[in-house]
This record gives sequence, structure tokens and C-alpha cells, in this order.
Amino acid sequence: MTDLGNGWTTAAIILLVAIVAHEPWRWLGLYLGRDIDVEGARFQWVRAVATALVAGLVMRLLIFPAGALGGPPLWLRLAAFAAGVAAFFAFKRSLALGVLVGTLVLVAGSFWLL
Amino acid sequence: MHEEDNGKVGDARSAAGMFLSGLAVSLSIPGVILFASAGGFGALARDAGLSIGNALLMMGVLFALPAQVVMVDQLARGGAFLGAVLAVALIGIRLLPMTVVIVPFLGGSKASLPGKAVAVHAVAITGWIEGLRRLPDTPENLRLPHFCGIGSGLIAAALAGTAAGYIAAGQLSGPLAAALLFLTPIYFMLALLATAAQPSDWLAIVIGAVLGPIAYWLAPGFDLLLTGLIGGSAAHILARNWRIKRGAGLGGPGRRP
Repeated sequence: MTDLGNGWTTAAIILLVAIVAHEPWRWLGLYLGRDIDVEGARFQWVRAVATALVAGLVMRLLIFPAGALGGPPLWLRLAAFAAGVAAFFAFKRSLALGVLVGTLVLVAGSFWLL
Repeated sequence: MHEEDNGKVGDARSAAGMFLSGLAVSLSIPGVILFASAGGFGALARDAGLSIGNALLMMGVLFALPAQVVMVDQLARGGAFLGAVLAVALIGIRLLPMTVVIVPFLGGSKASLPGKAVAVHAVAITGWIEGLRRLPDTPENLRLPHFCGIGSGLIAAALAGTAAGYIAAGQLSGPLAAALLFLTPIYFMLALLATAAQPSDWLAIVIGAVLGPIAYWLAPGFDLLLTGLIGGSAAHILARNWRIKRGAGLGGPGRRP
């Protein structure tokens, strides 16, 4: 473990990044939300870009994991992920059951491989 | 999306009562999932070498797991400050449309602007879903306190989860530590699917998921930007052409007042 995350310098960076780069989007959303046309093309495009970005992040976390998630092999991670998505749809779009089934498949598979 | 029993809170018709019933959301299923995925973040932060204090600080001030994961990644790789700003800003853009969508539910022009500015800090995937689910059935003058309650409860659950995950990560065996880190991607994907309401949402999810790893392989560092811009634009254009061909109207994201 490095000690990069300790101390006040990192705390200051976190706070600064939040104020400069993150919270303004919420304030801007509050401002624009008064009269933006949510059915307009610009809003729809922003929404699609944001959605694709998070979907890409999800697959990056899954396929190129950092740390302990790299323990189980790729095929098991993908199988658990697919099982979670399948359970989500099978149980009327239940977030809880989707997360539960996916995680259980990963854990069961990992112990079975041990 | 919208059952009879949701958001109807008996006789709790005072602002304080609606705040408290909002707080109680943190004890329901969404709060539990957030607690667990915050646990995943806590484990990730520890894995990356962040102190528990800074992990909690990040959870509190950013309060959006995708941005936190990206920022932990930047810090862990010793990325430049500007790189962290850019990455967090890019991923935070997602909060803009989410906030825009929920603002009409926060009580209209009568609600106080500073109050709303504080309340929108709770706009992240869980708070957004629960807000859209519960606020339409809340009397207009009580929406802001109710959403503030939802937000406060979820932030408390997230902080508790972060601490629990951080502490647990050091003591868990390999498969369980992996499961804790697995919570973040599976929860994000399912939350995306849960809020998808129109063809461009579904297309953006599928195209983004396929493009993400390819972009990471081709251009690490710019992968999220490329994935968002290329994948999102493609999804937008495809959905638009498809809609024009079908002659159907635009589907809005959920109910609006």
C-alpha cells in the first residue's frame, strides 16, 4: 500500500475536485431544469452520452479490474454479471435480486474453483 | 415504476414528518444496496491506498460512485490534478441531465432556491431513482423536505457502507473481497437498466458496454470520453432515425408533473 491517500493534501484535492469539477453539474442542472426541453434533441443527446459513458465504465471495471476483483477468472466475472442482469429482468426489474444473484454466482463460482 | 403504496406516507403531512419518512428510505432495499455498493467503494479505496478519512470525505463530497471510482483510479495511478479534474468533470456531466429531470419535482418556484441547491447534492443514481419514484405522490409544498430526507438518509447509509467496506476489505478472503468489488459494476449496470426508458437509453447502454473495453484497450486514459461521445452519439442518432422511420413521438424519461 502506498500512502498517497493519507493526509491533508489528498483531502484538499478531493474537496477541490468536488467543488470545481463535480458539484457545478448539479447546480447547472438546477438552473437549466427550470425551462429545458427534456424532449429536445440536445437533452436527449447529453443523456445518451452520459449513459454510454457509465456503461463503458461498468465493463472496464469488470473486464480490466483493479485489486481483488481480478481474483476470479474473466469468464466467471462475465457469467456472474450476465446472471445478475438475467435475474434483474426475470424478477420484474428487481435491482436487489439482480445484485444478489450476480454476487452469489461470483462467490459460489470462486469457492468452487478454489 | 409507480405503485399505490409508494410515497404515500399516511398522515405524515408536516415538513418534519416528510423529512423523516424520506430518511426511512435508507432502511429500505435501495438504501441497503447503496450501503453495500458503498462498501464496494470502501474496499476499492483501501485497495488503492486511500486513508479511511479521505475515503469518507470523497463519499460525502462527491456522492456519486462513478466519479469516486474514477477519482480513486486517478489518485492510485498518481495521475495529475488536472487529469482528475477532467475525468471527474466528464463523468459528472451525467448528473446534469439527471438533475434537470428531477428539478420539476422539487416543489416548483415556491421552494427555496438555496434549499434546492443543497438538495440536489443527493442527485446520484439511487437518490434520483427514489426521488422520481416517490416525489410525484408527495404534496408539492412537502417535496423539498421529503427529498432532503431521502438524500440525508442515503448519504448516511453510503458513509456507513464506506466505513464498513473499508474495514471489512482487510479481513475478507479472496472470493468475498472480489464479491464486494463486484457490487459496483453490477449495481451500476442494473441501475442504468432500471432507469432506461427509451430506445436511445437501451442503445447507449449496449453500445457503451461494447465500446468501453475496446476504447480502454486502444486509448487508456481517454477511454471513457471516447466511449461516451462516440457510443452516446451513435445511440442518439440510431434511436432518432428509428423513431422517425416509425413516426412515433419522443418517449420522455418517466412521468413529469
